[in-house]
Amino acid sequence: MGHITLKQVTKSFGEVQVIPPLDLEINDGEFVVFVGPSGCGKSTLLRLIAGLEDVSSGEITIDGRAATEVPPAKRGLAMVFQSYALYPHMTVRKNIAFPLRMAKLDIAEQNKRVEAAAKVLNLTDYLDRRPGQLSGGQRQRVAIGRAIVREPAAFLFDEPLSNLDAALRVNMRLEISELHQTLDTTMIYVTHDQVEAMTMADKIVVLHAGVIEQVGSPLELYHEPRNKFVAGFIGSPKMNFVEGEEAVKLNAKCIGIRPEHIGVSLESGDWKGTVGVSEHLGSDTFLRIKMPGVQEHMTVRVGGEFGARHGDTVYLTPDRSKLHRFDAQGLRIA
Amino acid sequence: MARAVTTQRKALNTAIAWSIGLLIFFPILWTILTSFKTEAEAIANPPVFLFFDWTLENYAVVQERSNYMRFLTNSVILAGVSTILGILIAVPAAWSMAFVPSKRTKDILLWMLSTKMLPAVGVLYPIYLLCIQLGVLDNRLALIVILMLINLPIIVWMLYTYFREIPGEILEAARMDGASLKDEILYVLTPMAIPGIASTLLLNFILAWNEAFWTLNLTSVNAAPLTAFIASYSSPEGLFFAKLSAASTMAIAPILIMGWFSQKQLVRGLTFGAVK
Repeated sequence: MGHITLKQVTKSFGEVQVIPPLDLEINDGEFVVFVGPSGCGKSTLLRLIAGLEDVSSGEITIDGRAATEVPPAKRGLAMVFQSYALYPHMTVRKNIAFPLRMAKLDIAEQNKRVEAAAKVLNLTDYLDRRPGQLSGGQRQRVAIGRAIVREPAAFLFDEPLSNLDAALRVNMRLEISELHQTLDTTMIYVTHDQVEAMTMADKIVVLHAGVIEQVGSPLELYHEPRNKFVAGFIGSPKMNFVEGEEAVKLNAKCIGIRPEHIGVSLESGDWKGTVGVSEHLGSDTFLRIKMPGVQEHMTVRVGGEFGARHGDTVYLTPDRSKLHRFDAQGLRIA
Repeated sequence: MARAVTTQRKALNTAIAWSIGLLIFFPILWTILTSFKTEAEAIANPPVFLFFDWTLENYAVVQERSNYMRFLTNSVILAGVSTILGILIAVPAAWSMAFVPSKRTKDILLWMLSTKMLPAVGVLYPIYLLCIQLGVLDNRLALIVILMLINLPIIVWMLYTYFREIPGEILEAARMDGASLKDEILYVLTPMAIPGIASTLLLNFILAWNEAFWTLNLTSVNAAPLTAFIASYSSPEGLFFAKLSAASTMAIAPILIMGWFSQKQLVRGLTFGAVK
């Protein structure tokens, strides 16, 4: 079980309110990702749920029980930290067994659970090593092992992959997703990487300056962003925004179109532009196109073999059905 | 570009370092040498350095005249118990200052340190009177408490510096893993800070061992440690340098040997946090 509810939760540090009143419901078994730029309060929110920070006002309930005043140790949650936070003086076995030792489980049961977790995480051969003798990926696995042995109501991950190199990050991402499938336990995952959010989440919570901008499934956010912020944050490369004449034509302050929803031609199209930098990824090519009336470059995705060079004139045709319109407040017009 | 260090320069540095080291060590060396001289040789002018009739007579006399073992026992008890007591009080104090600092933590630390700047003699009178009132003059327990208190600021400061080096996330992880405050300090913080605690222990043991102001003023017989033992050899009827030196050597020998074997920890303790 791992049903977590936040009701009118706020957090202030001194005079500064980092989280204005916030409501959120996390259902049992869900993989929820908190995503947002640095300093948006996503980690603080996670720490409030963990109990590592006290809420300034509001209520947190876990499985229907009031948890606001409950110390972290008693909330039945497990956390994986960005820095892994392993106990350097203990072996891997002792690290993983630590929560069980604190729960005063008998030694036989402790060993059984540690070995089971080690098997799942491919750590069996490393049980007698110390964290200092492990690689980054292995350390992260130990941290996860320490979390799973407790069989918590929910797992909290605080940017767990940001210290790993790119290749390892992709692997660990898959491993964590797989773990979620196997354990079927609520997971709350904090990241600033929208790719992690899109690929892992059942539900994404987009935060900006402590405020929830939108909650929804990855595809909901992709297709129906509530506002300009979410539209720009979700999706990679980010959505192009066009203001001025083109927007006015469509009765909007601003229109948004994703790089993958624009057709490019060397002969004709709706908008005319000049090619700047092209990024060849092999499978795709991203063109940065300078267009009159658009402040920044437009980013357009084309096939891997598209032959346009710096300075070439191209014509762009947006897919009208995929256009997003935004009003003066930045809210999306349905 | 790295500074080129020539062999000559290295040799020069070594020579300077050794000279300074020997200069600092010389009084101790002289004391030890004098303890093996006769009283006449001890005050000979010009002084004799190595070529004299080596004798153990002074040690025999000192041993005969006063009970060395009783003073030694007192020193060990006073220094040992006051240090351990201090550590037990300082660990939670340093924990709270390092990991849950308040706005006033820095002030408290400075204020604690400022008590070390107060001349001890300034509070001699009130403390002496207190001891008389409480009937604890020349009492080991009272002296243990006083020694513990005067060294407590240093112990807290040292532990605070060590604890600050321990990432807070590890303690948070322990909290998430179900550790109570006691478990957190006992199973996570303390084992991680063992090197720091060890050097704090050593340094404070030495400080308490060498402490002479309070031990001399508040003891006479029962609680008197080795400092009092040395002092008893500077008698009003005249100094007996050779015997005084023998007594001094006996008093400093244990701590000198201990310091020799633990110099690594001590150096680390004293320079910790200086470079990072």
